[in-house]
Amino acid sequence: MTEQVATLGESASVKRTRRTRTLEQQQRLWGWIFLSPWLIGFLVFTLFPMAASLYLSFTDFTIGQPPNWVGLKNWENLFKDPVTYNSLRVTFRFAIIMLPVAILVPLGLASLLNSKYLAGKRVFRALFYMPYIIPAISGIFIWQSFLNGQTGLLNRLLRLAGIADPPDWLFSPTWIHPAMVLIGLWGVGNAMLTMLAGMQGVPTEYYEAATVDGAGPLMRFRHITLPMISPVILYNLVLTVIGLMQYFVVPWVLSNTTRSNPETNFINLHLYREGFQFFHMGYASALAWFLFIIGLILTLIVLYSSRRWVYYSSGE
Amino acid sequence: MATQSSVINAPQFSRQLRRFGLTALVTLFGLILLIVYLLPFPNMVTVSLRDQAALAQTPDSTMLPVMPATYNYEGKDYPLYEVPTDEGVRQLALVKPGRRSSQFVDPAKPEAGIIEWEGNWRQLKEVEVLSPRWENFSEAWQKIDFPRLFRNTFAIAIGGVIGTLLSCISVAYAFARFPIPGKNILFVILIGTIILPQQVTLIPTYLFFSYLGWVGTWAPLIVPHFFANAYNVFLLRQYFLTLPKELDEAAMIDGAGPFRILTEVIIPQSWPAIVAVAIFHFVFAWNDFFMPLIYLLSKPELQPVSIGVQVFNFQYGPRPELVQATSLMAMVLPLIIFFLAQRFFMRGVVITGVEK
Repeated sequence: MTEQVATLGESASVKRTRRTRTLEQQQRLWGWIFLSPWLIGFLVFTLFPMAASLYLSFTDFTIGQPPNWVGLKNWENLFKDPVTYNSLRVTFRFAIIMLPVAILVPLGLASLLNSKYLAGKRVFRALFYMPYIIPAISGIFIWQSFLNGQTGLLNRLLRLAGIADPPDWLFSPTWIHPAMVLIGLWGVGNAMLTMLAGMQGVPTEYYEAATVDGAGPLMRFRHITLPMISPVILYNLVLTVIGLMQYFVVPWVLSNTTRSNPETNFINLHLYREGFQFFHMGYASALAWFLFIIGLILTLIVLYSSRRWVYYSSGE
Repeated sequence: MATQSSVINAPQFSRQLRRFGLTALVTLFGLILLIVYLLPFPNMVTVSLRDQAALAQTPDSTMLPVMPATYNYEGKDYPLYEVPTDEGVRQLALVKPGRRSSQFVDPAKPEAGIIEWEGNWRQLKEVEVLSPRWENFSEAWQKIDFPRLFRNTFAIAIGGVIGTLLSCISVAYAFARFPIPGKNILFVILIGTIILPQQVTLIPTYLFFSYLGWVGTWAPLIVPHFFANAYNVFLLRQYFLTLPKELDEAAMIDGAGPFRILTEVIIPQSWPAIVAVAIFHFVFAWNDFFMPLIYLLSKPELQPVSIGVQVFNFQYGPRPELVQATSLMAMVLPLIIFFLAQRFFMRGVVITGVEK
């Protein structure tokens, strides 16, 4: 803009350029001012604490005493600690069952809601989404009662269906993870809604063209719907992986009420206990960084693999 | 004529029939799926209304909130039983139980007097009537002190909503409208914070708040929200980008500064996005468990609903009806807000999730 103005003659251009430059500078200044809440917050609540917790992970810090540098001791302990090892095993075991459910169930529900043969779409959409709004704490207690081995509705129905000895979901080490997957079903609302919006954004001409070429519903789903909504699936996959690494409330509440089923010792619970019950804050910081690194690696793997399966229709 | 037109319409008719059939089939399937998906709700409702102390909690007992039926005979209540007699099974009131034979009264014909019945009354089935125990809710309400929990949650949530709106609107405005050097990189960093687990900043942040003397107050749950977060900034920025720049420019020519453009041009056009952010944060604050657990565990008088319900239900674990009643009461408000503001809410979810 300033260069254009400069061709209009010497004296005028100097004046105009100065004025536009000050305007540009002024705009920049205003930009920084409006940006400042985040900039300050990022430094104070993200960058600095991250650096500090990295530092603390090399100390024996506990509340009330100054931290002493202990080198890699926490990190060595972390790899030797059987509790840490077990919590990793529990976290990954659950993640492997939950991850496909957390993607496939909302995908299925979104396909149902997107079907032109479904009557009352808006009602269905609201009701399938509703459990997502229920506070986790209510949801967990509702499921806990539903899954009660003796009096819960689920086991009553299973007995009616002829299963004489249905599992004691929350107390059995074998069944607690499937039970938590069931509880997790109430958390698929957001993924469902975003996938549905993705499906609604697919141009109908694509489907019409494919139908003309003789593609059936499954072919259309596989070769049009899935590629078109793959960016949304990627977004949900990343969020789910991150969420699973930080899984806390459900196992925390269940472990308080089921006399500590050993399979509820997720890595984030381990971290909370080390940091805020035993006050081993140096060790807990190491655990936090460990958790962060694992999550980051998994996210990068997902993002890297996405080059093969995510399709962006508009450039990039 | 009539036959001719019906012949012509036959293919169309069969197509419509097929469409109707498929619609019925898919909708029925959806309905069944929905019922299965929401099956924990009826379980919650019946448990919350039962008189758990009086009723057996065994796998074969009824789930419904029932009470044993009684019949008042000559000023006293007697329990009703299903009694097999010569005239088929009758509902009779047990007046005088005995080991070999018992005395009954027929509520339909009390004037007929005592009926002797041979057999062991203990093997008879009690008559049960539906009798929801609404007092469970008032008992839970008082025991857990819901008014206090609601007040606390509201204060935390409203404080956070104000903070998140002020900061996120400002930051989103910066990203949407101003020529900041390195803006794209900054935006990527902002979005990147989504994958950052809060645990990695948790301990130093806790120490910082503890140094300020804020542990055991609401401040750690409110103040950080005055510094913007990725989701809401993203949502608002996307919305601001859709607003035509001409209006800003017109206001600028009229002499409005950037702050006035924000308050008089941008904000009045952005209510759907702003309402969505406010609801998101409200629901988030209502739901948040981890942070109140860290900062308010030792302060029962300041705890929000999430922690209060958990602590209470841990204490009252053997009273499943109170546990279910509190869970129900804790979720009513977010649900009402959701159903009232559904449109804004879902639109907001879609913007953050799809338009990346």
